[in-house]
Amino acid sequence: MADKNILLSEGELLVSSSPHIRAEETVDWLMWQVVIALLPAAISSVYFFGFRSLFLMVLGVATAVLTEAAVEKALGKEITIKDGSAAVTGLLLAFNVPANAPWWLVVLGAIFAIAVVKQTFGGLGYNFVNPALTARAFLLAAWPQYLAGNFPLPLDTITGATPLAILDGTAAGTLPSYLDLFLGNVGGVLGETSALALLVGGLYLIWQKVIDWRTPVAFIGTVAVLSWAFGGNGGLFTGDPLYHVLAGGLMLGAFFMATDYVTSPVTPKGRLGFGVGCGIITVLIRLWGGYPEGVSYSILLMNLLVPFLERWTVPRVYGTKSAQA
Amino acid sequence: MKKLWNIFFNGIINENPTLRLVIGMCAPLAVTTTVANGFWMGVAVIFVLTASNILISALRKIVPDQIRIPIFVVVIATFTTVADLSLKAIQPDIHAKLGVFVPLIVVNCIILARAEAFASKNNVLDSAVDGMGMAIGFTLALILLATIREVLGNGTWWGIRVLPAGFEPAIVMILPPGAFVCLGYLLGGLNLLTGKTGEN
Repeated sequence: MADKNILLSEGELLVSSSPHIRAEETVDWLMWQVVIALLPAAISSVYFFGFRSLFLMVLGVATAVLTEAAVEKALGKEITIKDGSAAVTGLLLAFNVPANAPWWLVVLGAIFAIAVVKQTFGGLGYNFVNPALTARAFLLAAWPQYLAGNFPLPLDTITGATPLAILDGTAAGTLPSYLDLFLGNVGGVLGETSALALLVGGLYLIWQKVIDWRTPVAFIGTVAVLSWAFGGNGGLFTGDPLYHVLAGGLMLGAFFMATDYVTSPVTPKGRLGFGVGCGIITVLIRLWGGYPEGVSYSILLMNLLVPFLERWTVPRVYGTKSAQA
Repeated sequence: MKKLWNIFFNGIINENPTLRLVIGMCAPLAVTTTVANGFWMGVAVIFVLTASNILISALRKIVPDQIRIPIFVVVIATFTTVADLSLKAIQPDIHAKLGVFVPLIVVNCIILARAEAFASKNNVLDSAVDGMGMAIGFTLALILLATIREVLGNGTWWGIRVLPAGFEPAIVMILPPGAFVCLGYLLGGLNLLTGKTGEN
């Protein structure tokens, strides 16, 4: 790639006047960093849910990459599968299905994510919502029998309710311990169960400066505070924030999906606002909504607000009074 | 004769109200969950649009300009009531499923648009042909949309199973999001076929 532009491989991005600092990061480098950061969660998923999990992940990545190549070829565009963005989308999509999902669910989801959500709007950098999450929402609306209800329990062949469904009162069962939640020894979709593995990957990305700490910290912090304040039965501030933070898809969403470059704000304040907004919507859905889990919809809804967040948080230009949007 | 054909086909292809003008989108998105619903909705619109175009064209010289819109609406409302009650008599099941969308034909902007833009300026025969062409274009668009949605969302076409029993229908296609995704691709596809993309 000739141009080392961080956001667009084509160098089409309009930037302010010189001088510029050239970063060494390329889209390729960033995306492969994300893949590395997802590896702990992938390995824990194979450990807890078996080789079927590996099969679904490989299938998701392969379908996403093939779809990207096929659509770009059909539209006469440059083939950009080597930048790894399609692979990340495929892997994240596979992370969003349970281990007992039929194989065609992953295939159709990956095709929808790449062909409809990403390439229809112009490819990498132009999609306005996260492809993997939109595909998850599509699959959930299309085949709810596979994505709602009971999920496979780890190290076992039976299915059971997820911790959040039990907490929500929509399913019977005993709540797993904090340690099981932290390690990932609970029911759920492939990539969400192990808070430990996701935390390791997320911290690696922050250390490598691939993602900004603001979005995940604001997201998880908001969920913790609001679930502590309103999550209990005994009145204000009797909720269990630790449980709400460790359970469900919060870690996966906060570190790997809310930080998607294309669909999150570029301004630091905008990222804080984005994280807080995701946290509020997540808690609203978890505590009072119809679904036990709200992370995916919260990120999708906030994706739609990104242009406004960016307009409201334009940084002050040095030497001027206030920023004009 | 050639002029009449042009007027007729104008509504079906070049100025298809649903797929080219993109007006009156409430019914196309809401009732196309099954092909039968889409077809009967189309039949109701064919009747109302043709009849109102004929009457408005016949009255065009005696209607005072200042109050033409209220008069058009009264004419359209009359025929909509006729269509509503007739459908209730002929197809009570379909009528129940279409619900409020048959009475809502009265505020469908395709009907008023043709009254204002065509029937109030042209003779009765031309107006009748225009109304029919536009309404048939509307009906064909509804059937196309409903075909995609019913086949993918339910595995059937007009209630007849067309996909094997092993096919697990994508329920999203008969929900509102499916309607929007489907419509988006139809509009884009038609623009691609006719070469009217943003670049031109």
